[in-house]
Amino acid sequence: MYLSTTRAAGSPVAANGRLGAARVPATVVALGLVSFFTDISAEMVTAFLPMYLLYGLGTGLLNLGLLDGLYTGAGALLRLAGGHLADRSARPKAVAMAGYGLSAAGKLLFPLVGGSVAGIGAAVSVDRAGKGLRAAPRDALITAATPPHALGAAFGVHRALDTAGALLGPVTVFALVAAIGDAYDAVFVTSFCLAMIGVVILACFVRDRRVAPGTRPKVSLRDGRRLLARRPLRRVAAYATMLGLVTAGDAFLFVGVQRQTGLGAATLPLLPLATSLVFLLAAVPLGKLADRVGGWKVFVAGHALLAAAYALLAAAWQGPFAALGVLLLHGLFYAATDGVLMAHLAPRVPEHLRASGLAITQTGQALARAGGTIAFGALAASWDLRGAFAAFAALLVAGVLAAGAFPPDPRRAREASS
Amino acid sequence: MSGHRLRIVAGICSIAALVGAGGGYVAWAIAADERPAAIAPATAEPGTLVFLDHGRALSQVPVTDPGAAPVRRAPTCLRSYTAGGTTICLRTVAVPAGFEAAFLRGDKEIAEPVRVDGTPSRARVSPSGRLTAWTVFRTGDSYNPGAFATTTGIYDTRTGTLHGSLEDFAVLVDGKPYQREDRNFWGVTFAADDRTFYATMGSARRIWLLRGDLASRTLTAVGRDAECPSLSPDGTRLAYKKRVGTRWRLHVRDLGTGRETPLAEPAEIDDQAAWVDDATVAYARPDDGGRVSLFAVPADGTGAPRLLRRDASSPAVVQRPDQSHSQATP
Repeated sequence: MYLSTTRAAGSPVAANGRLGAARVPATVVALGLVSFFTDISAEMVTAFLPMYLLYGLGTGLLNLGLLDGLYTGAGALLRLAGGHLADRSARPKAVAMAGYGLSAAGKLLFPLVGGSVAGIGAAVSVDRAGKGLRAAPRDALITAATPPHALGAAFGVHRALDTAGALLGPVTVFALVAAIGDAYDAVFVTSFCLAMIGVVILACFVRDRRVAPGTRPKVSLRDGRRLLARRPLRRVAAYATMLGLVTAGDAFLFVGVQRQTGLGAATLPLLPLATSLVFLLAAVPLGKLADRVGGWKVFVAGHALLAAAYALLAAAWQGPFAALGVLLLHGLFYAATDGVLMAHLAPRVPEHLRASGLAITQTGQALARAGGTIAFGALAASWDLRGAFAAFAALLVAGVLAAGAFPPDPRRAREASS
Repeated sequence: MSGHRLRIVAGICSIAALVGAGGGYVAWAIAADERPAAIAPATAEPGTLVFLDHGRALSQVPVTDPGAAPVRRAPTCLRSYTAGGTTICLRTVAVPAGFEAAFLRGDKEIAEPVRVDGTPSRARVSPSGRLTAWTVFRTGDSYNPGAFATTTGIYDTRTGTLHGSLEDFAVLVDGKPYQREDRNFWGVTFAADDRTFYATMGSARRIWLLRGDLASRTLTAVGRDAECPSLSPDGTRLAYKKRVGTRWRLHVRDLGTGRETPLAEPAEIDDQAAWVDDATVAYARPDDGGRVSLFAVPADGTGAPRLLRRDASSPAVVQRPDQSHSQATP
């Protein structure tokens, strides 16, 4: 039953919500829990690494900065590889397992490599490699387990659990460091155990839908590339990339908000928490909205919200309410775009190439956002922060108008909204 | 039992085992980390070395007998410094996850902790114990993607004034205002007047030594390439790290003559030094086995480094009050 039909029949919202919750398959909830535990584990290490390098090992942070750029590139490549491998083997669960397992193993490498900077680099690389590898096959598993009309809610549940894990990771590690003087091993052991819980849930509670080898087409690298020639994917990926290019990067937004509140630098580390909380709370409702009115509309509207946030920053309205407004819009932007884009795209990619298609789009978007951040930084440095936000707000509005007026597949978009 | 059932049972058992293993390890680590009952007296006598031990507990020993069994004090910190009876302790907070600066006299907190925006790097207290300063690393600040930024704050424990971060001060280089967005500040050291301080600024790949004035909120460039300065007890010299080739080496500069002397420590030092007395500086670096330990070296470029205390960091040596002037205060 379509949610939109239920709604049209005038059934109350509460019943609607219950119905929606019931439709998210157990496999998706299990995948959400996998991400929840994996993200606690991963964010523990991310939050801990600067402390570990400075105080556990007595090496500087310089190497951390150098490695960061490398990861963006390697992560993009591995994401594509993960998508391709999942399609080629037709076993997305196995590829996702490899990714989650690799990240879990990476946690144990840290205490083993000791103070060697190259060793730390290798351990972080193993962790990030696993992260790149698993993303697309996991999203393909969510898609395979969910009826197409409930994908928005399914990705919403997954992203909400994922974000909850990311929020709990730093809390866990800072509590451990506060409680234990020499917490280094305890942090890595805890992180490893949490990552392994994720792997176990994936292994035991997520069902793989196997396709008999004879019934599915063979997938080659060329097929992945040919995907870009197919209209829905090419257009969706192009729009996602284009909108990514005019995204300023979260760090700048938080600096802008901090200046708006006038509360001083001490508030800065708290601002991402506000965005994450809004994302966490809004992911499921906005996913359901996407199921009802069409994912593309919600995705485009999400970018309109981001443009509004930039405009608020450009207008430089002072005070806590303006700042809260920006953070609310920013969190809603993530809730309206992150899982929603996958939910919109997944049914439009042929099943045997789905992981590749999702990987191509995610990679394009991620690289474009990195580029957008660099461009914004250059603009802010040569001009000023407010001017840069005004420019990016204008560019985003242009992108939103284009994406709204010329949706990637007009026929389907009309169908979904009628 | 069907394969599906079996998988679920195996899954539940594995998760229970992992929760038990992880939880057990943490419980064991917390139990092993039990603080000793011995708490140091509220004040440390002049000549006391205050430092963080391997478990990051604030500890102290007489600097003349640094191998002695240390007296541990209650708080654990990532970085600390003690002067004039005041200790600044940079530590973690769980909710919301982050870091804060705590201010102690003895083991009593004398002010509300101040949240700091990043991983603690340097800490300092003015000789009188009134002013405190910290430097933290801010990662994920993408003015410069792939790199990191530092930010430095000063807090007056007597008046409760947060003098903001140094980014808010006016900077003068060669007599002209310097306003580039990419300015980073680190490593404050205070003079005895509770108004003058020195700090480092990095911008456009260059490094300046600045003299700061809290009253006029200005920072004036007085030199180049000196990082994390540390003012001698008599106020006449600065010890600092300076990049020589690709490595940081310890140097001392005479503020009167401007003469710079490399110290007899051949290893790379990434620390803010602390003066043991007017002739010796102490600092942390990894020992031959890679364990971060405290060393001391003469401040005039002669001699050789000696091990002060193994498995320790954040050195501070309590000085005689108001040594550089006449005995105005007891």
